[in-house]
Amino acid sequence: MSWTIKLEDIDDLARGSALLGTGGGGDPYIGGLLAKEALRRHGDVTVVSLDEVPDDAVIACISMLGAPTVMVEKLPSLDEIMSPVQELSEHYGRPITHLMCIEVGGVNSTIPIAAAAAMNLPLLDADGMGRAFPELQMVLPTLYGVSASPLAYADEKGNIGVLRTINNAWGERIIRVAAVEMGCSIMLSAFQMNGVMARKALVPDSLTLCAALGRSIVEARVAKTDPVDGLVETLGGRSLFGGKVVDVERATTAGFARGRATIIEGDSTFTLSFQNEHLMAELNGVVLTTTPDLIMVLDFESGEPITTEGLRYGQRVRVISAPADERWHSPAAIEMVGPRYFGYDTEPTRFDGSVRAGVPIADSDGIA
Amino acid sequence: MHIGIDVGGTNTDAALMEGARTLVGIKHSTTEDVTSGIVQAISGLRAEHHFEGAEITAVMIGTTHFINALVQAKRLAPTAALRLGLPATKALPPLVDWPEELKGAIQARSYLAHGGYEFDGRPISPIDPEELRAHAEDMRANGIRSVAISSVFSPVNHDLEVEAARIIGEVLGDDVAISLSHEVGRIGLLERENATVINAALRELAAEIVDGLTAAVRAEGIDAPIFLSQNDGTLMDESFVRRYPVATFASGPTNSMRGAALTSGLSTCAVIDVGGTTADVGLLINGFPRETANEVKVAGVRTNFRMPDVLSLGIGGGSIVNEATAEVGPESVGYRITTDALVFGGDTLTATDIAVAAGRANIGDVSKVAHLDPAFVQRVLDRIAERISDAVDRMRTSPDPIQVVAVGGGSVLLPDTLPLFGTVLKPENYAVANAIGASIAQVGGEIDKVYSIDPGQREQTIIDVRAEAVEKAVAAGAKPSTVSIIDFDEVPIPYLPGNATRIRVKAVGDLDMEG
Repeated sequence: MSWTIKLEDIDDLARGSALLGTGGGGDPYIGGLLAKEALRRHGDVTVVSLDEVPDDAVIACISMLGAPTVMVEKLPSLDEIMSPVQELSEHYGRPITHLMCIEVGGVNSTIPIAAAAAMNLPLLDADGMGRAFPELQMVLPTLYGVSASPLAYADEKGNIGVLRTINNAWGERIIRVAAVEMGCSIMLSAFQMNGVMARKALVPDSLTLCAALGRSIVEARVAKTDPVDGLVETLGGRSLFGGKVVDVERATTAGFARGRATIIEGDSTFTLSFQNEHLMAELNGVVLTTTPDLIMVLDFESGEPITTEGLRYGQRVRVISAPADERWHSPAAIEMVGPRYFGYDTEPTRFDGSVRAGVPIADSDGIA
Repeated sequence: MHIGIDVGGTNTDAALMEGARTLVGIKHSTTEDVTSGIVQAISGLRAEHHFEGAEITAVMIGTTHFINALVQAKRLAPTAALRLGLPATKALPPLVDWPEELKGAIQARSYLAHGGYEFDGRPISPIDPEELRAHAEDMRANGIRSVAISSVFSPVNHDLEVEAARIIGEVLGDDVAISLSHEVGRIGLLERENATVINAALRELAAEIVDGLTAAVRAEGIDAPIFLSQNDGTLMDESFVRRYPVATFASGPTNSMRGAALTSGLSTCAVIDVGGTTADVGLLINGFPRETANEVKVAGVRTNFRMPDVLSLGIGGGSIVNEATAEVGPESVGYRITTDALVFGGDTLTATDIAVAAGRANIGDVSKVAHLDPAFVQRVLDRIAERISDAVDRMRTSPDPIQVVAVGGGSVLLPDTLPLFGTVLKPENYAVANAIGASIAQVGGEIDKVYSIDPGQREQTIIDVRAEAVEKAVAAGAKPSTVSIIDFDEVPIPYLPGNATRIRVKAVGDLDMEG
């Protein structure tokens, strides 16, 4: 069913997407402000569910690529958000009819809202991941053979590029270099697909979920109930650990911030490994959950999501896990986003602690 | 000798110091006009320990004046916010998330212009003098009297802010004040810009207040220089306060913490300042308060200027005690303590009554709390100790043991030992710790930039940045031989290749009182 995003929905959406960002995704405040400004100037955004989107729709994502730390200083403009979409339209010779979020996580859930408002386009209630990952090719459409290219990218100065690559991993390599040259925070429109493919390749109802999660955190706070219980239930996940952060190590390798946080409670030691997003959770040396399932860290009392950059000594936190979209467990997906891709030598472990191989995408097509 | 004065909302505390030794400290009620309270405080000191005006080498003042003016939205100048960054940043213009009321109080105008830098110091676009002049003309036409200029990545390169100020100044003349964002805040454009606009709005008031403070001190026959304490515990001279009043905003808790350090003889410790309504817990590292890494909201506006990281608990002398649960606060009888508390003949059970019942304080009529069950009294005190102990544990940055110092009138609520931390030090002169803190003469310099560090160049880059911070402290008035680095922070920035790293360094030294 279609619904409308209004100004007052943005805080819930931004909070929910910060949660599904699993520690990554950048400053939800700036993303939220941007969406609010766009709604204030251009009016509400219509959200269309996957079963309503026409078969022949022309759908593309709009997202920010670069360093969130740069975005808090060099704030984007709406022109910059619109221009790669317009460029892609020109390239196709036909207008983009629907926008989508490539991930639900941090600013990339709110930037498409701003773009949809400014361009008066409907936004899909769906996204390419159902969570957040750090690299361009790491989306379910890649597994369905959807090409990211031609992809259009733009900076705020007016520089625009259109790129064709042999595969999506090459797209990531080339665009990352361009992003640095262009000032480290660029806008990207890519992954053009029609309604038939969108129904297959995207994760349905993700904006609805974001809003519901964000709302439940606030409601629990008002009702003075445990916000984490509600989230675990909505996500069908489990509570992993609660305790105090006693150590955070960080290092930058090859442009990515890797790190480990140690959390203790009583005699138990819990370790979080992250690289922009939280990727592995261990209790006393035993792996509890790894990527691609979701690992989320929340403030103990308020239930506010904590980013990997925001982790510090002394915080009381709760850690929860939740299942990723089942297709993320297919062999091809595990190769792309499993623990070994990120350098952790361990089996992909599901949110509930089990190690179960997924089925190949072609066979799993039906579950989409 | 020198004098430290802390002008709080309720009390004006003053201390006469000889070096680091407190000769005498007094508490006085804050007066409506502030200056007469200061005059009275100084003469109060003189009455207890005579001195000649010429014997005083410096007067250091901490004041909540400016933040109160902002919160009450009173006497603020018509202010313009000018941002250099086009074509970037357009979607979120200056003042985007401000409360309407405050925007109205400063008759805010917002302007965007070309300029700004990338993270690595390359220009986004050159500034356009004609565009700036046109904005300045519009400011003049709208009666703007103070201008805040911000520029994208000005912490990396502030040249354009300086150049834009020159151009705007040419059009508007010397009567219009200009505040520059790189002098005020850190990376995070909106927050830095907001702090700069607040500063700009306070500039006229700053001139008035500094004149008033100076007159009050001079009226006591003291010709020594006057300094105000900043949020980070360092001092600024009069001319700096006139330009950057915003830097005084959180000097209250900072002064208490610094005073606690001096009187206890500890430079690294946790400080608990217990007042009437709240207990503020902060951390001193090398004699300075640890600063918050998060954005701080002031009068509803997000800012990121230097503020001490303080955790406030609703526990103070006036806190109301729940007789069923033995829980304390956050409701407080506040200034009505002298009528409402049991020991003063009132009918509200307050934390002060508990302290008296336990024999920790001797205030009011002890017989009024004789009926309290000793087990209940102990339960309340244990609960306070537990919550304070938990707050201290949250504040510390490592599991290493840390000493705890308690100051403020309400510190009688604290036990002599705390779970996890052991003995709680309660130094002499604890009641005027904030005035003593204000009197500790040090000045500092800070650098906060993003550096792209070439392989093998890390060491050299760090040496250069540290040297730059030391130079800044000396330029601010520190005696070069006493300057040392008190804070160093290096944060790698994700998604940026080339090991882009944000480096923050702070250098501090003793105030050169000859200069």
